[in-house]
Amino acid sequence: MNLYNALFFGAFPYVAVVLLLVISIQRYRSNQYTISSLSSQFLESQRLFWGSVPFHLGVLTLFWGHLTGFLIPREVQLFASTPLRLLVLELTGFVAGLMFLLGLVLLIRRRLFSKRLRVVTSPLDYVVHSLLVWQAVSGLYIALYLRWGSAWYVQVAVPYLRSIFLAAPDVQLMASVPLMVQLHVLGAFSLFTIFSFTRLMHVLVAPIPYLWRRAQLVI
Amino acid sequence: MDVRSQVSMVFHLDKCIGCHTCSIACKNVWTDRKGAEYMWWNNVETKPGTGYPTAWEDQSQYSGGWEVKDGKPHLRASGRYRGLTNIFHNPKLPVIDDYYEPWTYRYEDLFTAPAGDDQPTARAVSMITGEPIEITSGPNWDDDLSGSPLYAANDPNLTALTPAQREQIFEIERLVFFYLPRICNHCSNPACVASCPSGALYKRGEDGVVVLNQARCRSWRHCVSACPYKKTYFNWAAGKSEKCILCFPRLETGQAPACFHSCVGRIRYLGVLLYDADQIEATASLPDDQLVDAQRKMILDPFDPEVIRAAKENGIHDTVIESAQASPVYKFVKRWGIALPLHIEFRTLPMLFYVPPLLPIIGNGKGDAYDATSPNLFGTLDSARLPIEYLARLFSAGNVGKVRYALRKLMSVRYVRRQGEVGDVPAAMVDALLAEADCTREEAEAIYRLTSLPLFDERFVIPPSHREEAIAALTDPLEFKGATGVGFRQKPERVS
Ligand code: SF4
Repeated sequence: MNLYNALFFGAFPYVAVVLLLVISIQRYRSNQYTISSLSSQFLESQRLFWGSVPFHLGVLTLFWGHLTGFLIPREVQLFASTPLRLLVLELTGFVAGLMFLLGLVLLIRRRLFSKRLRVVTSPLDYVVHSLLVWQAVSGLYIALYLRWGSAWYVQVAVPYLRSIFLAAPDVQLMASVPLMVQLHVLGAFSLFTIFSFTRLMHVLVAPIPYLWRRAQLVI
Repeated sequence: MDVRSQVSMVFHLDKCIGCHTCSIACKNVWTDRKGAEYMWWNNVETKPGTGYPTAWEDQSQYSGGWEVKDGKPHLRASGRYRGLTNIFHNPKLPVIDDYYEPWTYRYEDLFTAPAGDDQPTARAVSMITGEPIEITSGPNWDDDLSGSPLYAANDPNLTALTPAQREQIFEIERLVFFYLPRICNHCSNPACVASCPSGALYKRGEDGVVVLNQARCRSWRHCVSACPYKKTYFNWAAGKSEKCILCFPRLETGQAPACFHSCVGRIRYLGVLLYDADQIEATASLPDDQLVDAQRKMILDPFDPEVIRAAKENGIHDTVIESAQASPVYKFVKRWGIALPLHIEFRTLPMLFYVPPLLPIIGNGKGDAYDATSPNLFGTLDSARLPIEYLARLFSAGNVGKVRYALRKLMSVRYVRRQGEVGDVPAAMVDALLAEADCTREEAEAIYRLTSLPLFDERFVIPPSHREEAIAALTDPLEFKGATGVGFRQKPERVS
């Protein structure tokens, strides 16, 4: 068991993060042409709306939620110290998770049932879909049955994630959490692993500078 | 004054025969690829008609171009904030069915079909899915069908007409139409450039060609909805946008763009215009009926010493200024005032101009017969079969005066020629017509020459592109010495 723990929670995260960083940078520098969100709206627009919008809003909320807990755990803990606030946090996360899952299911269904869209769907896309579904399902399960995750996330997961960043992974922390949490963490690192080989790369080139750049470009 | 040079274009609509040679030339050079089958960077429409993509001119549906709010132009579809909030789903994006589903035929079936009683057929198959399809539309599906209740009657520009005028267009014996070839207008206030969240689109400083850097394109697809002319296209296979590049590799080597070069009717002219970039925003903010004049004001006189000085200050080469002085576009647009921009009310300030067609307006219906022998030879503009209001909707944002001015001048040129060639019109009448048309005999002669007899080099006055200087200014000129090729190191292929 210990060997597995060391492998999955000690070594795997490094493989994932290194691949994410190295390949993303390499791809950005050498072959930017391949970086694209590969939108399929041009082939099908209506059903995309009902899938893509909740999916993205949900996923963004969850991403920032996880990141906030990781960056400022003490503040989050203080914030969640009254029952009402804790409930608000949990509910937000749960609703975001539902939107994430619902959007995703609609998106997958949309792709499976349209001949045109199957033409622009690659095997890797299906891998991404499956991993995302897994993250949504396991996340929702954790929120429902391993109650008050916003409180214990800060105490269990954050120290573990920090230990990874400090190059001294505290495998024991992960070894002691319920299986579902372990699988959720593994799913996340699997996503990191394939991130830079897939269209997920478009997250890194989100066009925020559009907010302040000049409207017209003459070069 | 911030002088820029722009390679601009004039299409003389009286000369277009609707042969689509231009479209085919472009297709063969640029869009004969997967994902681009449905794209026609150059297309030819029959007007009145709905065009390609269907009803593209109707901005209540497509929301392209700019609108004026609080005295300033704003993108109608997206812009900074709505652009980013609509990024997960762009509500104004046309889909493939607004254009058409590209198809080919299973020709091999003709050879491999087993012997039988029936002739084998080559079925139409979709170029997207590869499955058999029923063909229901195409890029020029309404070709020559301007009497049709389906296409012409749905032309968005007909809103400018009274019911009586519409009747006049559709009476079947008096069926009337003309061709409208369209390419990217290489606008001076391009909506596609302003709408791209990644900043992948830009206007080339030296010649104003609007291009799209595919390495920077991330498939946010706002350019497609922002362009009111629907001249940026989305490649569904590559996941990148594409557009007309005015064949800049040809321009840089002194050749006319493929569609210009191949044009059978020789309707196309190309040359440099100098314009004042400081006036762009103010011009784009004016009310509709002032736009044509304001854009002409923006275009500068290349003989004016003050303009020449400012141009040189901006690094515009002497040879480019000379080229601007010889530009046929300058003559058509500014000196003679007979070329007009298409739908300038979209406020992108297009740099492609059209000489409005005179042809369909002569001749009248007399009972059941078609009569082209009106007493004053060419008919009058006011008994035109194609109401001037319709042309004004297309070429002058509804300002009838501008179209009337151009048509009068074109008409007076005909009379001058008729007098010279046949001699059956009195000189006094021709003089009166010329005066009315704000034209002189010399000018009429010059218009005639450039319309009917121009040589290749008079139609296309291509400025030297001075790439050597553009490159020298940015990078080490020896950077590519000894290297094999520049640009892509891998094949431009979709990944994942
Ligand atoms: S090639 Fe010239 S004449 Fe023929 S359709 Fe095109 S623009 Fe018109």
